[in-house]
Amino acid sequence: MSQQLKTPTLIDVRGPRFSATLTVIVLAIALATQNVWVLAFQAVVFAIGAIRGPQFTPYAFIFKRIVKPRLRGEVVTEDSRPPQFAQSVGFGFALVGLLGAAIGSVPVFSIAVGFALAAAFLNSVFNYCLGCEMYLLVLRIRTRS
Amino acid sequence: MKSLLPLVIVLALATAYGIWHKLREGHFKVRKAKAEVLDAKVLGAPLGSRVTLVQFSSAFCTPCRTTRALLSQMTADMDDVAHLHIDAEANLDLVNRLNILSTPTTLILDKSGTEVGRAVGAPKRDEVLAAIASVK
Repeated sequence: MSQQLKTPTLIDVRGPRFSATLTVIVLAIALATQNVWVLAFQAVVFAIGAIRGPQFTPYAFIFKRIVKPRLRGEVVTEDSRPPQFAQSVGFGFALVGLLGAAIGSVPVFSIAVGFALAAAFLNSVFNYCLGCEMYLLVLRIRTRS
Repeated sequence: MKSLLPLVIVLALATAYGIWHKLREGHFKVRKAKAEVLDAKVLGAPLGSRVTLVQFSSAFCTPCRTTRALLSQMTADMDDVAHLHIDAEANLDLVNRLNILSTPTTLILDKSGTEVGRAVGAPKRDEVLAAIASVK
């Protein structure tokens, strides 16, 4: 695949985890208040992360400007592609949630936001790697059909 | 505020899943199903004279990198152990045949190429050593 031919961009591992924490807060508000505009905002953030990369989102900007200068310790870097994949999965859930809101379905909205929230929460708290668990499954399903 | 119930349910389920996932991550387990036998032709590289570690990795996987570095560093001075690295995406037939669901997955093979166990997720150094030592 073309992704493997490009040289990987290395980013600070703490950036995506900080972003995941903000994502948890935003999606928790969206779920508790059933507010479509909060979800729409998060969908835009996911879209930027999925298309341009996780280091270009507003959350990453906050991390770079405010959080990172206050952190000490050795900077551990990671390939930007795994968190970028996670952002695109989040974007998919957000789109389904927005679609649910558009057709007036509270269950579709809540379940989609719930999945996106669970993924962001697992990433933030457990350092869960969505790409490790989902990418191969997606490929296997795609080749079977 | 409409209701906090959906939020509480999602966070509780995610926490339970996260703990379960962390507990099983990286442990070598003996396979109960009929063990596959792999050879150098299928794997694209010769087997180790006693043990072969076969690691499956994919592109969107940060722990694959650390696992690869750990295993190659550990096996570098073991003459009878080989560490093979396979890109799961480029070998989907093998991935399907071995029923590999996520990356990194590391299979441990004995000298005949029979799978004697596998670890899903990044394994710890001590567990890798113990698994290698347990193969006759």
